Amino acid sequence: MRTCNTAILRHLTAFLSVLALALALGAGGAWAATSDEGSEAPKVSTADHSKFKELKGPFGTGPEVTRACLQCHTEASKQLHKTKHWTWSVVNPTNGEQLGKRNIINNFCGSVVSNEARCTSCHIGYGWKDGKFDFNSEANVDCLVCHDTTGGYRKFPAGAGHPAYVPTEWPVGSGRMMQPPDLAKVAQNVGPTSRRNCGTCHFLGGGGNAIKHGDLDLSLIEPGRYLDIHMSPERLNFTCSSCHSGDAHAVQGSRYTTIAKDTSGIDIPGRTDGTRATCESCHGMEPHPASSNSKLNEHTDKIACATCHVPRFARGGYNTKMWWDWSTAGRLDENGQPLKIRNGKGLEVYSGMKGDFAWGEHVIPEYRWFNGTADYTLFGDTVDGSEIVSINKYGGGPDDPDSRIWPFKVMRGKQPYDKGLQTLAVVHTFGKDDSAYWRNYDWDKALQAGMAAVGATYSGEMGFVETEMAWPITHMVAPKDDAVTCEECHSRNGRLEGIEGVYMPGRDRTGWLDFLGWAAALLALLAVLGHGAARYYAHTKRS
Amino acid sequence: MEATRIYIFKRFERFWHWAQAALIIVMGVTGFEIHGTYSLLGYESAQEVHTTAAWLLIGLWVFAIFWHFTTGEWRQYIPTVDKLMAMLRYYLTGIFSDAPHPFRPTTLTKHNPLQRLAYLFVKLIINPAIWISGLLYLYYSAWPALGLDGLSLAAVAFVHTVAAFLMLLFFVVHVYFATTGHTPTSHIKAMITGYEEV
Repeated sequence: MRTCNTAILRHLTAFLSVLALALALGAGGAWAATSDEGSEAPKVSTADHSKFKELKGPFGTGPEVTRACLQCHTEASKQLHKTKHWTWSVVNPTNGEQLGKRNIINNFCGSVVSNEARCTSCHIGYGWKDGKFDFNSEANVDCLVCHDTTGGYRKFPAGAGHPAYVPTEWPVGSGRMMQPPDLAKVAQNVGPTSRRNCGTCHFLGGGGNAIKHGDLDLSLIEPGRYLDIHMSPERLNFTCSSCHSGDAHAVQGSRYTTIAKDTSGIDIPGRTDGTRATCESCHGMEPHPASSNSKLNEHTDKIACATCHVPRFARGGYNTKMWWDWSTAGRLDENGQPLKIRNGKGLEVYSGMKGDFAWGEHVIPEYRWFNGTADYTLFGDTVDGSEIVSINKYGGGPDDPDSRIWPFKVMRGKQPYDKGLQTLAVVHTFGKDDSAYWRNYDWDKALQAGMAAVGATYSGEMGFVETEMAWPITHMVAPKDDAVTCEECHSRNGRLEGIEGVYMPGRDRTGWLDFLGWAAALLALLAVLGHGAARYYAHTKRS
Repeated sequence: MEATRIYIFKRFERFWHWAQAALIIVMGVTGFEIHGTYSLLGYESAQEVHTTAAWLLIGLWVFAIFWHFTTGEWRQYIPTVDKLMAMLRYYLTGIFSDAPHPFRPTTLTKHNPLQRLAYLFVKLIINPAIWISGLLYLYYSAWPALGLDGLSLAAVAFVHTVAAFLMLLFFVVHVYFATTGHTPTSHIKAMITGYEEV
């Protein structure tokens, strides 16, 4: 109601001004910048970890470092064991589905199951290389990947979460060696998480920089003001955890359990849910100042903040993957190596390992109603290949008060499915064994092994089904001057052309009324012009 | 016939007329832009100008209504059939043969019977329709608080558009009929100076 009152006040002012009037008349390339990591946050810790004898080292492995950490931070691993960063498992609050990286099949690399050793280079643990990982191990929690401030710690891509402990070639056959990190130095320089720490995994999802999310990539390590008004060191210099806050290592703000509309207002300790992961946690539901157009605040009930304030994604100079067609994978060159084709911009558009790709930069999002819930197409859900499969069908609609219109990156592609079992396939892509797809390029073997890993028996007949997966866009928040303008939606064929259930001025109209109205106006004009012409003719004839 | 000048439109009336004319033109131009008919100022500017002009016009109407009732001028719009047919005949035939104008305005009867009907229609049908639908449109977000949940914005927008087209029709015809006085400019001069030659 405050909005309404403000508007009334403004209008009253306008009314009073006419009164007065009447009376008066009497009538980029940020990955390289490692050294000033400390500038991201002032050193506020009361502990200098380099003075601790426990961290003197030398350390042979990651778990050895963790054991040292746990001597003081006795509860840390237990806390992390409860988080989805560790379990990769989330229960869908709306329907009980088992979600999380461990359970879903996406339309990028597919599934974690049967490919653990590669995928878990982004797990906050050590040694998850197969289905037998011990989730109760405290020593296997990787403290350093999140708390390294030196920039020198990196997990080995195929090391099941471990860094390289000896110089190791990566990618295989490239001749380039990954050096082992100086674990003691890293351990002595731990600190709060930074954009780089989180970005180590979240900016590189889907197999490389910028591939997966579209609004998260390496450009956000040192973003300019134009790219992200909150994270830019030129402005607020937020780290990820400035918003993704939470106690006891439980980081808030997740796609799996999204608050699509946070009506609890600006978060004040003790009064609200205490999370800062929504825009409204800091900005509230009436974020625009009274000096701005009062209609702006009237949009917050139906329009998510990011819909206007993230005008495009992949704005940091990196392309994001928009299309991935696994069905064309498997082409090898004369040496039996997977073929790689790059386009004029140097982007890989074909990989013998993965198939065809399409990329996008400065992409206008797609807009959909969203109430924070999603229904996933999981392994075992019926997929018959006749229609495009929504991997995550987001809930919500125009009549649902919890829904707003949100921006999404919609990833599309074709991926394997089991025709006999009528389900998306679990594919064993990575591994040194004979059945891994990237060894032999034999889909049947790869599906057989993949499906076996989830306890199913491959029917023997596979195909490719077109899928889409929607990713809510929330990052890369532009300065207000770059926000989406009114007419980009309030126009015919605008951004919200496909949104149903709302009447939008400028977009919608009653066609026949417009036709009738303009026809009548035109006829009236012709009539008076005709009448006038006749008068003129009669007049000149007489004189 | 010797021209005589009579004082018909008082100062407030003339101010009201021209201010209203300007505001209606501004509202028509910006309104049809908001409607998506063309792009001129840009949607946001069009919306802001339209809303500001709306409040100015409402303010003006409040004054005008007050003026009409306190001065008794509202009686000028009471419909009459006296000379109605004569007026129609004049516009259809007489005007082409320099026939004398069947209506002579006086201070007490400023408007010919057709004008009375037209202005009454504007005041009782078009204005309220455009005003009420426009305010509802403007306060769309307050509907739930006002207990108006059942309303449909599409319906309100429809009524507003119908009223806008009626106003456009009135505008076209009115501007032309301004030239049909004793001489082509006598009505217009009267609205500027207050004096009409009859």
